Amino acid sequence: MIFSEKHQLIRQLVRGFVEKELTSDILDEVEASGEFPLDIQKKMAKAGFYGIKIPKEYGGQGADNLAYVIMLEEFCRVSPVASLYVNSPNSLSGGPILLSGTPEQIEKYLRPTVNGDIMVAFGLTEPGAGSDAGGMTTTAVKDGDYYVLNGRKSFITMAPLADYTVIYAKTDPKKGTKGISAFIVDMKLPGVSLGKNEHKMGLIGCATSDIVLEDVRVHKDDLLGEENMGFINAMKTLDGGRLGVAAQSIGCAQGCLDESIKYAKERKQFGRRIADFQAISFMIADMATKLAAAKELVYNAAIMKDRNDSNASMYCSMAKYYASEICNEIAAKAVQIHGGYGFMKEYRVERLYRDCRVFTIYEGTSQVQQMVISGALLKK
Amino acid sequence: MAVNIIAEECKGCTKCVNSCPFEAITMENKKAVIGPACNNCGACVDQCPFGAIKQTEDEKKGVDISEYHGVWVFAEQRNGELMKVAIELLGEGRKLADEIGTELSAVLCGHNVSDLAGELIAYGADKVYLADDPRLASYTTDAYTKVIYQAIMAYKPEIVILGATHIGRDLGPCLAVKCGTGLTADCTKLEIDPTDKKLMQTRPAFGGNLMATIVCPNHRPQMSTVRPGVMEKAAYDKSRQGSVINLKVNISKSDLRTKVLEFVRGIGEVASISDADIIVSGGRGLGGPEGFNLLRELAAKLGGTIGASRAAVDSGWIDHSFQVGQTGTTVKPKLYVACGISGAIQHLAGMQNSDYIVAINKNESAPIFEVADYGIVGDLYKVIPAIIEALDSRAQ
Amino acid sequence: MNIIVCAKQVPDTNEVKIDPVRGTLIREGVPSILNPDDANALEAALQLKDKYPGSTVSVISMGPAQATYMLRECLAMGADEAYLLSARAFGGADTCATSTTLAAGIKKIGKFDIIFAGRQAIDGDTAQVGPQTAQRLGLPIVTYVDKIVEVNDKKAVVHRQLEDGYEVIEVDMPCVLTCVKELNEPRYMTVGGIVSAFEREITVWDNNDVGLAPEECGLKASPTQVLRSFTPAPKGKGEMLSGTIQEMAADLVSKLTAKHVI
Repeated sequence: MIFSEKHQLIRQLVRGFVEKELTSDILDEVEASGEFPLDIQKKMAKAGFYGIKIPKEYGGQGADNLAYVIMLEEFCRVSPVASLYVNSPNSLSGGPILLSGTPEQIEKYLRPTVNGDIMVAFGLTEPGAGSDAGGMTTTAVKDGDYYVLNGRKSFITMAPLADYTVIYAKTDPKKGTKGISAFIVDMKLPGVSLGKNEHKMGLIGCATSDIVLEDVRVHKDDLLGEENMGFINAMKTLDGGRLGVAAQSIGCAQGCLDESIKYAKERKQFGRRIADFQAISFMIADMATKLAAAKELVYNAAIMKDRNDSNASMYCSMAKYYASEICNEIAAKAVQIHGGYGFMKEYRVERLYRDCRVFTIYEGTSQVQQMVISGALLKK
Repeated sequence: MAVNIIAEECKGCTKCVNSCPFEAITMENKKAVIGPACNNCGACVDQCPFGAIKQTEDEKKGVDISEYHGVWVFAEQRNGELMKVAIELLGEGRKLADEIGTELSAVLCGHNVSDLAGELIAYGADKVYLADDPRLASYTTDAYTKVIYQAIMAYKPEIVILGATHIGRDLGPCLAVKCGTGLTADCTKLEIDPTDKKLMQTRPAFGGNLMATIVCPNHRPQMSTVRPGVMEKAAYDKSRQGSVINLKVNISKSDLRTKVLEFVRGIGEVASISDADIIVSGGRGLGGPEGFNLLRELAAKLGGTIGASRAAVDSGWIDHSFQVGQTGTTVKPKLYVACGISGAIQHLAGMQNSDYIVAINKNESAPIFEVADYGIVGDLYKVIPAIIEALDSRAQ
Repeated sequence: MNIIVCAKQVPDTNEVKIDPVRGTLIREGVPSILNPDDANALEAALQLKDKYPGSTVSVISMGPAQATYMLRECLAMGADEAYLLSARAFGGADTCATSTTLAAGIKKIGKFDIIFAGRQAIDGDTAQVGPQTAQRLGLPIVTYVDKIVEVNDKKAVVHRQLEDGYEVIEVDMPCVLTCVKELNEPRYMTVGGIVSAFEREITVWDNNDVGLAPEECGLKASPTQVLRSFTPAPKGKGEMLSGTIQEMAADLVSKLTAKHVI
């Protein structure tokens, strides 16, 4: 893939930022404390990462999906958890509002989100409704100018940090996915509470918890989009999110490959660099080749999306599916190449290995992606 | 000099394209073409297997060079004390003057510095041009440039060399423009061409990756700044005789557009690494700023000071004044201990002339071992304490 | 305030390596970057603009057409205008000729109150172009500026770095200041800045545009010439010590003692 000067310069900006700000000391501290430094979040917002693909008229930066992919890739090469912070306003936080928000909602919620002044979480998943979002049981019942929400949302990334959450709830329980509406819920409203902080395998430094809604009264001005149109909003948001996870995957895999090459050249066994053993060097060749293929798939999906190609959605699914699977394979091999050291927390691959595990799971599992891809191919 | 491709001879092999340090050569219709980035360094000439690249002399306007005689050295002083580099310049200037068969002079500016004139003569100057004036007490670009420029115009030296100090690197360029001549910065070697007695000035370029020999054929004086610590100091001989020529100081108020309000001396360790006999230097391999504490401990045991590579400075672990290398300070200590420094070419450029180099690095293929007299492969956090221990047991 | 910044696109010399067999420079994959000291100069200009809103920051560079990339980086950091001086006639310039060209470009831009430049470029490390440009423009210069205390329409007060301390210098405006790394921390570009930098025009001038005859620029106007260039010969390889860490340490100490180094 040959990039334009504009995209090269964006990569240069992100790489320079990441190398300077996300030092291993900082990242170790994030891992130990579970908290991500506020000053770095502010800097990320200031550099325009939070609104990279949001149009300029909404306070964003007006770059395209390819730029978005490059940004996530460069962040994830060094720190997958940091990539969540720059991804979210462009994707799960900003996406629903950008898709369906009124001009007032965009001013009130989207602009401050991309400026880094507020945080918005995405509340779709429920304990009993993951891939099957239509099976959700959270309800919203109209009462005058208000809707009364009841239910529980689970595994909500950033929920403990969020000022607002987009909550999807059934306004018409009889209609399945066609009875779902979206609401922007102020986390300070009476009746909103959080579950315990989840102890995650990876991506530590971005708190995740359940959100419990008990008779929460949400004003009708905070209905996002039309009533009963929430499912489409959620699916379109996730559709954009898939590209993000695909980008995270190629970035993380690149980080694993870089570390493996470095280590293979340094580490000596039997009097030779381990890179000189074919068992290791072929593993590296294999990792690099699969990564190169995944990158082309991801960049291509981004460009198709930028061109509003009718197959873009399917290609985003393919990119997410393949890149996340390959990333896990590469991370596993990276740990293998590092041997016993790869099992130790001092080595970067240990963290990358844990962090990337969720890439084949969140925002649509690999199996859901296979459903989307096969569906697109076979329905015609 | 200009570099040109003889199109008929070019076979399109692209060897020259890869050899160009400035990315100035491109291929058009399978022929090499030299673009505007060309610096005429000639690196491509020898690379061409077909002799299709020629370096040619250009006719250029200049001055009547036969009017210019003698070698001048700028005798930089601060607070009435000669800079070490001035003595090194006199040593080198003496050699150049003898080779040409001309006299060596020093130019001294300051206030109440006439005592130094005798010193300069003892260090080898045949003549000292002295400008002694209260307005020259501390260096200002405008005043020093004007006074020395007028002296150059009046006495017409063929060579003027200055130390590449912060002051020399300020004064030199301004003087060169006023005199309408060239200036070669940060020279590490000066030679006289035996055929035409012209000055050949060699300096590192490209971060020390490339050495270039530069001439100034048609303009006078030939001017260079010379890196401190590179040339040998002149021998001191109190019995030497020489003359002192007082320069007229014509400075009007409108000439002085900068004013030094205050001088603040740096504190503590800054004790210039260029003077140290023993330097314990640290690089990226230290892993963090705390690593310098261990180096300080070893340096203290050895009676030396600490230094750093650009990587360590760029990471913000230590101040720039400790930086050894092309963009830092060139050092020539008796002993240089490189700890966790891989040996990037730009670092080597600043320390490879040390008498003894010891390298400690985890990576046995690190380039630093190529220049080291003694190499130890290992974790510096284990090796250095062991050296300190060995030094202690030797002392007992 | 009208502020001009002189900048140069340079190869990242930290990334340059030598081919151990052929002894030539390996240039492949060496990125071209905004010269580090020039980034500090631009930051100083942008800080001044932040202080005096309504100011204009114009960046000027001499170089090949590819240098527009670096100029767009400057625009993305916050510069308002970018000018590239590019012509075959400028090729082969030494610092003397470069300063003539830059001075002509700056005169063509016209209005300015202060000019910032980097102390030196990492490919040549001469530190000459800044002061020489100032001389040609007839402006006062302060080199090695590591702190800016005050700038107003009459005077600037700055710190000038010396080897053993610093001077506090007052300089008349307009003036040229050459900046070192310690002066500031260059800001990041913004993504939106990059997007709009590629929607804007960069003014490109050749020697005719800035009123210079071909013999007044480039190689023809350079008093110095490169006679030859070569790669420095590395010092011969020494001795690798062996044994346990304690043995190597003791061995080293006794060897250095024997040679009277310590």
